Formats: sequence, structure tokens, C-alpha cells
Amino acid sequence: MTTTPPRDIPEFDVDPTLYRHLADTQMNVELDTGDMILNIGPQHPATHGTLRLVVRLDGERVVAADPIIGYMHRGYEKLVEFRTYPQITTLINRIDWLSSFANEVPFIAAAERLMEIEAPPRAQWIRTTLTELSRIATFLLFLGEMGLQVGAITPAFYGFRDREYVLNLIEAVTGGRFHPNFNRIGGIKEDLPWGWIADCKQAMAKVLESCDTFEDLVVGNPIFEQRTRSIGIIPASVGASYGVSGSNLRASGVDWDLRRDGKPYLPYHELDWKVWTHPDGDSFARYWVRLQETRESARMVLQLVDGLPSGPIMAKVPRIIKVPAGEAWINTENPLGEMGYYVVSKGATGPFRVKIRSASFSNVSILPWVLRGVFVPDVITILASLYFILGDIDR
Amino acid sequence: MTDLLALDIGWGTTLGIKTLVVLGLVPMGALILGYTFLLKMMSHMQSRLGPMDPGGFHGWYQLVGDGIKFLQKEDIMPERADRRVFALAPAIVVLSTFLVFVVIPAGPRIKVADLDVGVFYALAVSSLSVIGVLMAGWASANKYALLGGLRAAAQLIAYELPLVLAVVGVVVQAGTMNLNEIVVFQRDAEIFGWGGIGFPLILTQFIGFALFMVATQAELTQPPFDMPVAESELVAGYMVEYTGFRFLFFFIGEFGTAFAFSGLAATLFLGGWAVPGVEGTAADVLGPIVLFAKVMFVAFLMFWARFTYPRLREDQLQALAWKWLIPIALVNILATGVLKVAF
Amino acid sequence: MKREVKGMVGGLGVTLKTMLRPAVTVQYPHEREDPAPRARGVIALKEENCTVCMLCARSCPDWCIYIEGHKEQRPPRREGGRPRSVSLLDRFDIDYALCMYCGICVEVCPFDALFWSPEYEYSEHHIADLLHDKEKLGEWMATVPEPEPLELGAEKAKK
Repeated sequence: MTTTPPRDIPEFDVDPTLYRHLADTQMNVELDTGDMILNIGPQHPATHGTLRLVVRLDGERVVAADPIIGYMHRGYEKLVEFRTYPQITTLINRIDWLSSFANEVPFIAAAERLMEIEAPPRAQWIRTTLTELSRIATFLLFLGEMGLQVGAITPAFYGFRDREYVLNLIEAVTGGRFHPNFNRIGGIKEDLPWGWIADCKQAMAKVLESCDTFEDLVVGNPIFEQRTRSIGIIPASVGASYGVSGSNLRASGVDWDLRRDGKPYLPYHELDWKVWTHPDGDSFARYWVRLQETRESARMVLQLVDGLPSGPIMAKVPRIIKVPAGEAWINTENPLGEMGYYVVSKGATGPFRVKIRSASFSNVSILPWVLRGVFVPDVITILASLYFILGDIDR
Repeated sequence: MTDLLALDIGWGTTLGIKTLVVLGLVPMGALILGYTFLLKMMSHMQSRLGPMDPGGFHGWYQLVGDGIKFLQKEDIMPERADRRVFALAPAIVVLSTFLVFVVIPAGPRIKVADLDVGVFYALAVSSLSVIGVLMAGWASANKYALLGGLRAAAQLIAYELPLVLAVVGVVVQAGTMNLNEIVVFQRDAEIFGWGGIGFPLILTQFIGFALFMVATQAELTQPPFDMPVAESELVAGYMVEYTGFRFLFFFIGEFGTAFAFSGLAATLFLGGWAVPGVEGTAADVLGPIVLFAKVMFVAFLMFWARFTYPRLREDQLQALAWKWLIPIALVNILATGVLKVAF
Repeated sequence: MKREVKGMVGGLGVTLKTMLRPAVTVQYPHEREDPAPRARGVIALKEENCTVCMLCARSCPDWCIYIEGHKEQRPPRREGGRPRSVSLLDRFDIDYALCMYCGICVEVCPFDALFWSPEYEYSEHHIADLLHDKEKLGEWMATVPEPEPLELGAEKAKK
């Protein structure tokens, strides 16, 4: 099966200071009309949920922006104080509901680290496969909906259509399309059904074809380029200081991926894959990096299902699991960025305290900085390119 | 039209019939375009089916049902809206659509009005909708509507110029501004002595056609020029506070104008109702069908671009109009004039 | 300039190609797509296996399982033995308005009394009708699929 290399990124003179200075200038002192305060959200098609963005506009230019979050706060860190580990696994699926399998992995890994057991290799490989499938599902949605925010209605439907193949795969294994609830302390719940690997390979072929479609329809479109190049440039140092993570930081040129560079939590080092970066740091770069990462994840899944080791899927664990006292911090490369769980256990069947470090919370914190001086349509483009999920921000 | 029916109908009855025809044609045209392109073609371009159940056969009844639904909705007006301006705005937008339909001929003798300045009239009257859009944006007492209205004002006025200049080439070549005579010219003229397909002006005025299509796309605020109605930003822009039958007016205005402009493009560039070699009563019968087919083709091109491209930002589309389209249009007129004299 | 034109035309080509291919829509309710056999549609109860141990009710994150039972005496198995006491179900309700479809109850049951079934068409007009009692849960047993074979490399089941 051929894999198309990405097309050459054409030369583009990116001006990192474009627009920012205009937030402070006034075009015509005599015509000082005063600023208008516009409330984007909490009900708005572009805010991916209930994010409220209060922007102060001078004409169509943003002078100041202030995100107000919390409309979707569900009290996760309080909920998990009264539940056992299997119950919590079910709940934390819903933090970032698009890549729900990837939310379970760091929590279960933290519990396993406290118990000092390791899941058997087959379980770890299946976990990795499902994590990468979640990543593909999330990114396909992103590739579609960013086209929608920029104005093209059609890519959104292609994103949803092609995501169905991946969701059907996840459903065949775990029973749930969106909320797999599949990780258990010590391994995973069940093994793969017969014929799944063949279905998986077919689905990955479709995913790669779909990425080519997105490249033709969106990335190659000069109007899309005009709308996203030089828009919302996040320099690497600024991004890192705000805590921006994941594809957003890689699009600013930082070669950092927790799957390869962090403390190992899944067998990524046994696969042959590459981390994609882009030097520009604008919205186009973020789209491009996620497109390449989708292709890379599809290739990784093909390697994973080819090299799946045989054996048990569950380590030896007692029936009633009491995790020994201690603290563990695990951070992982989720599709949205870096997600981490700090689990404090006092030896009971449930944790004493869990602190959830969600990727979107830090990604959204850069909005006041990056939105200064841009036009209102660019606000929408930047929101779309940062790709946050409200459940992840508010927990 | 009086001799068409070979009856001695008085002046008043003719006027009444023509009024009814135009009044009925606009919603019908909007409905047909809306169903074929917005519901069905867009759906198939997005790998889905569109409405299938209403009416049994591929959901043809969907828009009729939508229209009835809109008519029975509560008439909500924002508290701080300017009541009279708010109510008048959709009427003005639809008015300009009706007025453009008046001048498009559907056959040698099937025409509502035969104006010697048909082209001039059509383009002038189509720009009335700008006022309606501005009124809607201002009177809605909503910041999103205001943003949309202001964007629309700038955009629609900017794209009037390429629209007009693109048509000048056609007028120069045909030698007349009368739409019916332009159609007859395209039917009777020959290309290097061969009269097989007549001489549709798109062959020499292809630049003009391209400009006209781009400018029409902008005049209808369709993607890639739909900043005023940016769905993911302003959620319907200047129309955001309109519900019920007022929104229906805007909808009919949008698709009716699409039909009207496609009709204009078909008449000016593709030959309108003319089929070379067919004259007289046969042309009267065949004319509307041929015109409809050409209108659907032009509308297909328009809606195809609508569903594919993202939208240009306001300053980008202004740059496109002023820096690219107008100079190209002027060069086109120059070239047409020179070549017309030379040949 | 050439790259821009190619990009614009390429986009048009993609939409035209998609328009000419058949649509992917499954016209529910005229056509149906069967979910995977493992799909978590509804929970079925096999009453004879249940010993009213209450493990499922205790482990449900939403506390949506309501169980009531009573003990009965059964004659001893051998001569001279104690009479056995057996727990019998009076009430086993699952409130599907609360159920998260997580499957912890099915997993935790030590006596294999709960099963998953991919059946999903049981919406009701009144929310109170979403409380399925033990008769209705027993009816869902007919829709539970056979356990399917596993992929190559899986460990054989111990039982």
C-alpha cells in the first residue's frame, strides 16, 4: 500500500508581527468612535461548546479578548473522590469526549504505577492501537470542522463521514463508539473480535485516502491559505510559557512529543514513526501538522496490528483492587495536547484526590495574547486552529 | 403578448397577467433552485442524500413545507428594533428581485417588458437590495447584525463595478442594450461563416463571463464571498433577528436573485431563449425550456463554487475586487472595443 | 499563479467527484445498519443465575440498579444436613434514564446473570417507562448474541 508523502510546503514570507501593533494604534483621531464589546458565545457555532469570549472591537479589529470558561464545569475532581477506579474510568471518558480512550490511559497508567504492576504486552499494544484510533477520529473531525469555520461547508461532512469508519472499529472492540470504557487496572477488558484486524487495515486505507481528499480540498485551496497563513502566530517561546502543548506547539517548530520524549507509558518506541513539526506557527501550520499526524497515526496503526504480540490481556490482579498509598503523576500525549493525572491514593478502592491537567485549559489561556490586533474572522480561524474541547477545559 | 394569444386583451388585463406571472415566477424559481442545488446537489457533494421523505419522491415537497412552516410562525421583533425599517427591509430586498425578472425575455414574444435599456435597467435595479441589507443590519438592534450589514454594504457596492463592467463588453459586441435583441444577435450571427450554434457571446467574452460569475457570487453573498452572512461567525449576519415570513422573504430574495442573475448570464452570454434556426411560434414554445436549461447550467456553476470554497475575509475580497477584477474588466472592454472595430 | 489555479480547480474536482459517487447515508428507519455484536445497547438479566449478591448495584457509578430480594429455605441436599437458604429476587430494576452504559455491572457479576445486547430501539414517550423491571430485562435475553470468536493471538478463555 503506497503512502503519499506530504506535498511541499510552498515558500511563504510569514510576518510574525503582522497586525499586533495595530491593536494599539488609532487610525484617525478625529473619528474616534469608541470600542464595541462583542460577546462571542457561550452559544456560538465557532466556540466548540460553551466558551464565552468577550472581545473589545475597534471596527473589525480586536483590541482585547477575554475568555470566560466554566459553563461546562461538571466537578470531575470532586466526583472521583467518591468512586472506585473502574467507576472513575467510565467517568473520565467524558472529559475529552472526542478522544475518549486517550483520557483513560494516563489514569490507569498512574494506578498501575502505584500498584507497581505492568500490563502484559498484548494489552499495551491494543491500548496503543485504540489510542491512535482515537487520535485519528479526533483529527478527522478537526480537519473537517476547521474548513467549516473558515467558510467551506463541505469538508465538515467528509470529516464526519470518514470518522464513522474509525468509530465502527472502536465499537467492534469495546462496545461503545464514543465512550469505550475499556481500560482496566492491569490491562484491558476484552480481546479483539475475529476479523477486526482485517477491518482495521481497510479502514486505515480509507483514512489515508480521506487525508488526500482534505489535502486537495482544503490545504491546496488558495483561499484557505489566504485565510490561515500568518494568522494567529504563536512563537515557540510564548506558546511554551503559556503551557500550550500538543500539535499547537509542534506547529510552532518545537520538536517535542511525549510519546517519544516523555516517560514511556505505552510501547511507542517499538514503532517506526516520526514527529511532524512546522516552522511557521500560524493557523495553517496547525492544520498541516494535524493532517500529517493523522496520516502518521494511520501508518502506526497498521504497524501495530501487524506486530501485535499474542498472550494474555490482563495481569494478575486481585478481585477487589486496593491501590497502595502513594502519589503518581503521568502525563501523556493526548490528541488535544498534554494531558496529565496526579493521583493521590491512601490505599482504598478509590483514589483520595485526582488532579486533572487538561490540555485545552492551557491552550485556551493563550487567547488573550494571540487575539490582539486580528480581525473578527481571524478570531474564528484561530479558535478553530487551536482545537480545544470544552469538556477538556472545564472538566 | 397580446398577439401571442391571438386575443384582443386589453391593456389592464395584460398588465395583470404579467404581474401575476412575475409574482409567481420568483418564488417558483427560488423553490426550484433551492431544492435542486441547495438541498440535493449540496447533499450529494457531501456524500449524503438530502431530504427523501417529504412528498415521497426524493423529498421534493421539502421547501414547500418549509415555506408553509415559515408562514405560520410567530412574528417576533426585537424590543429595541426600529419597527418600520425592520419590517421594510426584506420587502426591499425582494422588490429588487421582482424588478430584475421583469426584463428577462423567455421567447421572442414572451416578455414582460421590452426596454431599450434593458441591461442598464437590470443592473441598476439589482443594486436596490444593498439598501435593504443595510436597513436589516441597522434596524435589528443586534451587534452581529450590524457587523453583517456593514460588511454587506462594503462588499455589495464594491462588486457592483465588476458586474457592470463585465457586461459592457457584451453590449459593445452586440451593439445594443435591449436584452431581446442581444439574444437575437446571438442566434443570427455566425462564427467565421458557420451558423450552426449561432454565436453565443461567451466564446469571445469568456473573461466577461468569468467576471460576471464572480461578481454575481459576491452580489448574492454566497461563499467565497459570504462575509455578511458568515455562518460560523455571525450566524446569518444581517438576517439574524428575522424569523417567520420575514426570513422567508430574505430566502426567496436570495434564491430568486440567484435565478434572476443566472437568467441574465444565460441571456447575455449563452444565448437566452434562442436555438439557432428556430423562429416564430416554435421559438415561443421552445424558448422558456431552453432558457430554463441554460439558467440551471449557470446556477450549477455558481452553486458548485459555493459549496467548495471557504470564504474570503472582508479586506481580502475588497482587494480582489478593486485590485484585480476591475482592472481586468477594463482591459476586457478595451480589447473588445479594439477587436470589434478591427473585425 | 499556476499553483493557485490548480488548487481552485482541484477543490472543484473533489466536490464533483463526490457528487457523482453514491451517498453514504443509511436511510433510517427504512434501512438499518446493524451495530457490532459487542455494542452496548441494553442489559439483559438471566434471573435464574442471580443470587442477589448486590455487587452490580453497588458498583454502578450512577446507582441506577434497584434490587430487592428475600431469603427462602430449601430442603438440604443430603440427609441430615442443614436446610439451605437461597436468595430470590423480588425486584430488579435498571433505570435506563440514568444508566451510563458503562458495563461495570455486567463485568462485575460473578454469576453471569447480566449480559450485553446490541438492541437500541427502546425509546419511550414517558421517562418513567425507561425503568425496565425484571420481566422486561428477561425479555432482552433473547437478543443477546453468542460470544464471538477472538482474534489470533488471544489467550484461550480459562472456562
